[in-house]
Amino acid sequence: MVDLTSSRSLDGPRGPKPKRSFSRANIFLYGTLIVVSVYYLLPLYVMVVTSLKGMPEIRTGNIFSPPLEITFQPWVKAWAQACTGINCDGLSRGFGNSVKILIPSVVLSIAIASINGYALARWRFKGSEVFFSILIVGAFIPYQTMLYPLVIILREIGLMGDLGGLVLVHTIFGMPILTLLFRNYFASIPEDLHKAARVDGAGFWSIYFRIMLPMSLPIFVVAIILQVTGIWNDFLFGVIYTKPETYPMTVQLNNIVNSVQGVKEYNVNMAATLLTGLVPLIIYFVSGKLFVRGIAAGAVKG
Amino acid sequence: MHSVEIRDLDLSFGAVEVLKGLNLNIEDGEFLVLLGSSGCGKSTLLNCIAGLLEVTDGQIFIKDRNVTWEEPSDRGIGMVFQSYALYPQMTVEGNLSFGLKNARMSRDEIAKRVARAAEILQIEPLLKRKPAALSGGQRQRVAIGRALVRDADVFLFDEPLSNLDAKLRADLRVEIKRLHQQLKNTIIYVTHDQVEALTLADRIAVMKGGQIQQLASPTEIYNRPGNRYVADFVGSPAMNFIDGMLIEDRFEMQDQVLSVAGYPFAKTPGGPATLGIRPEHIETGAAAEALPFHTDVPVEVIEPMGSDTLAWTRFADKAFRVRLDGQTDIRPGDQLKIGIDMAKASFFDAETEVRL
Repeated sequence: MVDLTSSRSLDGPRGPKPKRSFSRANIFLYGTLIVVSVYYLLPLYVMVVTSLKGMPEIRTGNIFSPPLEITFQPWVKAWAQACTGINCDGLSRGFGNSVKILIPSVVLSIAIASINGYALARWRFKGSEVFFSILIVGAFIPYQTMLYPLVIILREIGLMGDLGGLVLVHTIFGMPILTLLFRNYFASIPEDLHKAARVDGAGFWSIYFRIMLPMSLPIFVVAIILQVTGIWNDFLFGVIYTKPETYPMTVQLNNIVNSVQGVKEYNVNMAATLLTGLVPLIIYFVSGKLFVRGIAAGAVKG
Repeated sequence: MHSVEIRDLDLSFGAVEVLKGLNLNIEDGEFLVLLGSSGCGKSTLLNCIAGLLEVTDGQIFIKDRNVTWEEPSDRGIGMVFQSYALYPQMTVEGNLSFGLKNARMSRDEIAKRVARAAEILQIEPLLKRKPAALSGGQRQRVAIGRALVRDADVFLFDEPLSNLDAKLRADLRVEIKRLHQQLKNTIIYVTHDQVEALTLADRIAVMKGGQIQQLASPTEIYNRPGNRYVADFVGSPAMNFIDGMLIEDRFEMQDQVLSVAGYPFAKTPGGPATLGIRPEHIETGAAAEALPFHTDVPVEVIEPMGSDTLAWTRFADKAFRVRLDGQTDIRPGDQLKIGIDMAKASFFDAETEVRL
């Protein structure tokens, strides 16, 4: 009797269930991932390869073949010599402009939106819900309807064509989504913490800087990524609210790539495009992990 | 002098009235417990006293000073929250000194007060740690310490033990009582746990629907509940209730008649009423026979709880709980002799539910 029970328990399944590495689910999963990666990485490969070739080699025709002779000349030309209109100093001017637009826009929009979000989440005032709704509706109105009125407003206040005008536009258009982001994040911080700070004699700003800010690094990273990529990649506002001397990098890139005069220098175009895309790319690589954490944290409560 | 005085307090959120014309006086050094089920307005009342909620009408006085419009930090209160609410990015020391720094107190004074609070609560070794590195009990101690350093006249506790496990809760409960005996501050303590209320309080305010049902000492609340709600809410296992009719000196139930001689009626009784008797106040065996009213009831279910045993019986055709000694040898199906002592019973008006 005793033997029987013990032999039965010895034969049966025991410990962790064995996993098959080539199960149908795994093949499907990894197969899909590989196909999708190839789909997205192939164009990038073509760009990098082409930008490292000379024009004679490009004319031979095979866009997938690696460069026989690696040359960085197209990169130098794209950065410092390519012509847009009468200026022939390459993308460097656009890069400078973009940085001058990017930094104040990101800092301003995030500073204002985080205080907005904090006030809306924790210091309810009469009509705060209405105010918030109006702000959110703003996120759904197509930009196109506001382009011309904004041109008039900027002209009236004397900022049309000025970098300051574009910074203002970016700050305003970042407000709805960023405020929503911050409000939801701050709303997820326990209310008791806010109450405790008030009992401890901390006011509006003191709670914001001493309690809330140190707890919200993830959401700031998310906001920075959203704003940096959004503003850096912006073309529409850049082309409308600036003039040739103050064009951001994206507009300049377009002018280089779409120029109709002379030979199409594919290698220079590819290098210029890669140069322009470099900033968002670096941002994603550096802060990917924090980005996911922040998105997850902000998404919990609505 | 009253330590805290609340006059005609109203609070409503839109159309929802949470507190209605509430009056409450709390003596200096008193330990007052606000007891009630969730949604009864007890935490809301505490938040009003703290100044975290704006009152709709009425006044609040702390130490004879009208604080109705004052900021929480100016009211001379310290508050402890259920979720501890420690600032996660600060050390324990930072948590304790945050309020003092906001009050622009001198460094020496801050250090002195933090050291004293840490000594009283025995958290000196934890001062340099962050809250994430503390256990639940330690966190709650730090939260109490944060109220302590403020040298407040009144401490407000908002369900401070609800997030702790049963054993820790019992330990900290005694510690809070000891702390109160040592410091002699006024404490207002919100809880839904009647054991906490009975063990800690000098007086208990049982709340329901934004109003105080009864404000009295724990003994009074337990022995002479002011109405049926209080009787039902306080005490575990809950009181037995039997509906019947009071006629002269008799109480007539389903199939039983009980003499009410010896019950201290407030006024001459008569009409439909409810008899309330606690399971632990029912006599059994020989003691039951000594009482004027005794009868045999069938036992249906037995719940042994170690120190005592709860027997579910049937009396006057209703489920009837009787608390027995833990060593009693009894089985379902047995007949149990029970006796009811009028001196320990309660009668409530069937309609108003007020004690008769």
